[in-house]
Amino acid sequence: MTTKVKAAIIGSGNIGTDLLYKALRSEIIEPVWMVGIDPESEGLKRAKELGLKTTADGVKGMEPHIADDKVQIAWDATSAYVHESNNELVKKYGVKMVDLTPAAIGPFCVPPVNLEEMVGRNEQNVNMVTCGGQATIPMVAAVSRVQPVEYGEIIATVSSRSAGPGTRKNIDEFTRTTAKGVEVVGGADRGKAIIIINPAEPPLMMRDTIHCLTKDAPKEKEIIESAQQMIAEVQKYVPGYTLKNGPVFDGNRVSFFMVVEGLGDFLPKYAGNLDIMTAAGLRTAELIAEEIQRAEAA
Amino acid sequence: MNLEGKKVTLHDMSLRDGMHPQRHQLTADQMIQVATALDAASVPLIEVTHGDGLGGASVNYGFPAASDEEYLRAVVPKMNKAKISALLIPGIGTVDHLRMAHDCGVHTIRVATHCTEADVAEQHIGLGAKMEMDTVGFLMMAHMIQPEQLLQQAKLMQGYGANCIYITDSAGYMLPDDVTARVGHLREKLDADVEVGFHGHHNMHMGIANSLAAVEAGAMRIDGSVAGMGAGAGNTPLEVFVAVLHRMGVETGVDMWKLMDIAEEIVYPLMTHKVRVDRDSLTLGYAGVYSSFLLHAKRAAEKYGLKSTDILVELGRMKTVGGQEDMIEDVALDMKKAGAAE
Repeated sequence: MTTKVKAAIIGSGNIGTDLLYKALRSEIIEPVWMVGIDPESEGLKRAKELGLKTTADGVKGMEPHIADDKVQIAWDATSAYVHESNNELVKKYGVKMVDLTPAAIGPFCVPPVNLEEMVGRNEQNVNMVTCGGQATIPMVAAVSRVQPVEYGEIIATVSSRSAGPGTRKNIDEFTRTTAKGVEVVGGADRGKAIIIINPAEPPLMMRDTIHCLTKDAPKEKEIIESAQQMIAEVQKYVPGYTLKNGPVFDGNRVSFFMVVEGLGDFLPKYAGNLDIMTAAGLRTAELIAEEIQRAEAA
Repeated sequence: MNLEGKKVTLHDMSLRDGMHPQRHQLTADQMIQVATALDAASVPLIEVTHGDGLGGASVNYGFPAASDEEYLRAVVPKMNKAKISALLIPGIGTVDHLRMAHDCGVHTIRVATHCTEADVAEQHIGLGAKMEMDTVGFLMMAHMIQPEQLLQQAKLMQGYGANCIYITDSAGYMLPDDVTARVGHLREKLDADVEVGFHGHHNMHMGIANSLAAVEAGAMRIDGSVAGMGAGAGNTPLEVFVAVLHRMGVETGVDMWKLMDIAEEIVYPLMTHKVRVDRDSLTLGYAGVYSSFLLHAKRAAEKYGLKSTDILVELGRMKTVGGQEDMIEDVALDMKKAGAAE
């Protein structure tokens, strides 16, 4: 039996903690470190109880142990502001980085669309776009792989409780990064992203609407088929990814109305926006881990 | 009510909120025509933007006849005295749009958030203030929360650098006492040099009454729209409000007679959707639904063979907020499915 690939979680907040629960179930990855900056952090305490090594001194606190503990993959669930320096530190030890912040130093990765390509290119750092991007770009790609999409637009609606201070402080980063992802990974000539935060109680499930304007009349049958396949791909890691309505065909407009229910590992189920991020981050790391194992076996 | 001697700054919405009933199809020439006439009538502040603010051009809200930049570059240089404002809803528009608007000579930036989510506006309000613009925080759907909660949000915006905070009755739901409580609380608790404003919708025909209540409670800026051209049953009809204010001895500086002429001769004739209280716009007010959903709901009702009032009531029940236009077709599809199942 091959040993699991060791991984570190940088960031001990909600995202890092949810990722930890998911990673503990992985058959190919073993989370061994959790890195935080606050010794009082609940996330660090929890990680310690679950048997991980922890530090409250940031990545520097883990650095002396990276080689000895054979850490080969790291997730960064901190913020765009510190991602670059986190990445520089772990890069020296050959660690592959899965970036869950909006820093986007590395290329965008949306697992069902381009994960294999990213892993094949042996990228040191891949970026997970945004939660809204993970939830919508697959559907844009589902249309653009059938026929040219001149314009892709996504509207992500998330509950107030699931929109953290990082998102709020830099909401433009969300709209810009997601729109760029709709173009670069989704395959639309032009992309537009809108985010709405809704405070209703009980909190609403993440909702995503995807509008594509196709260049020529939409090929309905092929698009429906392509969309079903794409949804099945996403459901492999986010079982609660569901087409609620659509696709609606209206002239050259193709619209999908999605609901994203999270697994409820650490974050509540309504926070599908956060769940799809951590699930996509784990899926990406797992494929990287397979590649590492393959290389080591060879 | 005695308002004698009070001063009010009036702010016209017809070329921004009025874009909703026009499906964002006002041309730059129409904008110039209306804005120059308003300027000649001494209306001090005129908003010019896509109905959903800078960057609103989209499938979700509608593609406009011209870009925000084209509208602003057309209108701003034509103004003698009037200043131009623009709306920005974070999550839709970005600071890039704000910089563009500033470059076009926009004087006032109004940064709008749902009333509980002021903290998404930090970047935009901060930049507006830094560029020394007249920077306004605009708390939408303000009927949904209590005065104390609104104050917390208003204080955030004040902290980011806003020099004026609006209570925005986006659904036209409020009654005068609701306005008095909210405006009064902000006026009492915000810094004295921060102005308070009120933006009404006429869905329950309360535009005038609510705006008067706002002035009495200390609001210095009041939004209205010539001929009432705005989302839902429109905004507070500006020419009517001016007439009432003048009768009450309130100074506006606006030429009431010219304003009446603009309503009658320019704005009413160009309306493609006659803005009025009908059963749909009344439902918006009654059920507390974002006013710009109106035409989207009418279209969805027609397309799917449903009653638009049913769609609007459901959107109210779901506690949808401004910007969730995408939910309208979604709800209509759900209702159609449910109907087919019966």
